[in-house]
Amino acid sequence: MKRAARQQAAIFQKPAVKEQVTGFLFILPGFVGFIAFILIPVAMSLGLSFTEWNFLKGWDGIHFNGLKNYMKLFSDSWFTRSLVNNLLYTGVTIPVLLILGLITAEIINHHCYMGNLIRVLIFIPYIASIVAVCTVWQVMLQPSYGPVNQFLMSIGIENPPRWLVDQKWAIWAIIFINVWTQLGYYVAVYMSGLRNVSKDLYEAAQIDGAGGVQQFWYITIPMVKPTTFFLATMGIISSFKVFDVVSVLTQGGPGNSTSVMAYYIYKTAFQEFKMGYACALAWALFIIIFLVTVFQWKFQSSFSNE
Amino acid sequence: MKHNGKKIYLHKTVLTIGLLFVGFTMLTPLLWMISTSFKPETEVFEFPIRWIPQHSVGWANYKEVWGETYRFGMYYLNSIKVTVLSTILQILISALGAYGFTKIRWKGRDFVFLLYLATMMIPPQVMIISRFVVMRELKLYNTLHGIIIMTMFSTYGVFLLRQAMMGIPDSLCESAKMDGASHFTIFSRICLPLITPSIATLAVLKFVWTWNDYQTPLIFLNDRSLFTIQLGMKQFATESGSIYSLVMAAAVSATLPLILIFLLGQRYIIEGIASGAVKE
Repeated sequence: MKRAARQQAAIFQKPAVKEQVTGFLFILPGFVGFIAFILIPVAMSLGLSFTEWNFLKGWDGIHFNGLKNYMKLFSDSWFTRSLVNNLLYTGVTIPVLLILGLITAEIINHHCYMGNLIRVLIFIPYIASIVAVCTVWQVMLQPSYGPVNQFLMSIGIENPPRWLVDQKWAIWAIIFINVWTQLGYYVAVYMSGLRNVSKDLYEAAQIDGAGGVQQFWYITIPMVKPTTFFLATMGIISSFKVFDVVSVLTQGGPGNSTSVMAYYIYKTAFQEFKMGYACALAWALFIIIFLVTVFQWKFQSSFSNE
Repeated sequence: MKHNGKKIYLHKTVLTIGLLFVGFTMLTPLLWMISTSFKPETEVFEFPIRWIPQHSVGWANYKEVWGETYRFGMYYLNSIKVTVLSTILQILISALGAYGFTKIRWKGRDFVFLLYLATMMIPPQVMIISRFVVMRELKLYNTLHGIIIMTMFSTYGVFLLRQAMMGIPDSLCESAKMDGASHFTIFSRICLPLITPSIATLAVLKFVWTWNDYQTPLIFLNDRSLFTIQLGMKQFATESGSIYSLVMAAAVSATLPLILIFLLGQRYIIEGIASGAVKE
């Protein structure tokens, strides 16, 4: 009797254990990578952010220095400059991309032919290799012989900006190049958002005599609010991570006029080898992104259409 | 009525021409890049721009860039190795994970997935410094397989394929199980074929992102013989930056495969990205 019960229990239990093991085995390859390249690095970087560590001095060079790294942040002119640049960059690129993206998507969807071809054309800069694209722009924006300035001079502008080597203009050139590469992405996302808007709404508006602009203002804009919200928050988050363009084109210069957070973190860690301070910078970046995400969670419901 | 129909037709035509103009204007830098790559150095900055080179040097610039001195062939090979392997491995690992997170019930499953989700919010800059230390400790720093191993894991890939896997009705898997199929059989014979569209999307996106990735090789590679095309391109531009015709030939070489892949897999790329795929 006892034996039978035990046998029954074993039969009962065995599949459950097997499921447990099989389930874990399926995720194991990914989980190992997750531990090695995400979990451990995150924990380690938090720890390191409270230390002073010149990487070249090896493990013995680590000194705990409490909150010193974090206190130092706001008196560090590269940090404040990078932060201000990031804010300027975000504040300009996101609204411009949202507006241009939505208008272009609306025209492609409702008011023109060959929409697919146009979408592909606009999308190509987004897919092109960023290093190649940056190099092309660097040559095009060459101050004295570059085609852009030659064009400006030919239409009578005597002293065109020196773009990437100009303290004042470099950040704007970078903003412009980013808008140029990103626009296709915004158009594509808006186009798929617009596809979910019922055609009946537009037909009803047409019967009521609403023109294209009115339809855009009273139907399209309110109906794609969730898409706009998604693009805005994702765009803000990714704009705080912008790195490639700055790294390839200006290395933060001239001076520190184009430095952004991600670039400054890279420079601090891998050119100056101040690993501890770089980690503190990275966590400051995390806090900004975290705040944007919290904002998104909180307000997501008020931006949906239900 | 007829008049009305014609009017709409007209404004559509005007807007089509307008947008085509915008589209081609946006491509101007890339067209200029291609045109310049066939020019002799002396004609690079000719203005007004001559789109068809007057004294084309043919493939000479390309030959030089791909030749012994600049070794673009080597960078290409490295890029292909890294991109192809890390894409294939990422799909395999993500698909296995996606199955484990949806079709098998086990203790701790939801906790692990929540952990994955929570870390998706952390910017890569937070991890990259200590990843560098981890990679050195694992002796993976400055190796191509190190880059492959590091980039083949992605919580995002698991997330994307999990969404697709959830769309497969559980009853389908249950009945296969009744027939005695093992989880691995169900995974490979039933679930994988059903999520092919999502796999295609992930594959194309991952391919493009890895091919274009500049930051990872910049930090984790040191030997020139290991450089990927993006890093090689940057190095080349720094060293021979003033020989613009060569730089443009290099830039075309770095971009062309991507544009070809894009034109072939256009549907998957645009749809995948439009449905909310976000680059890490």
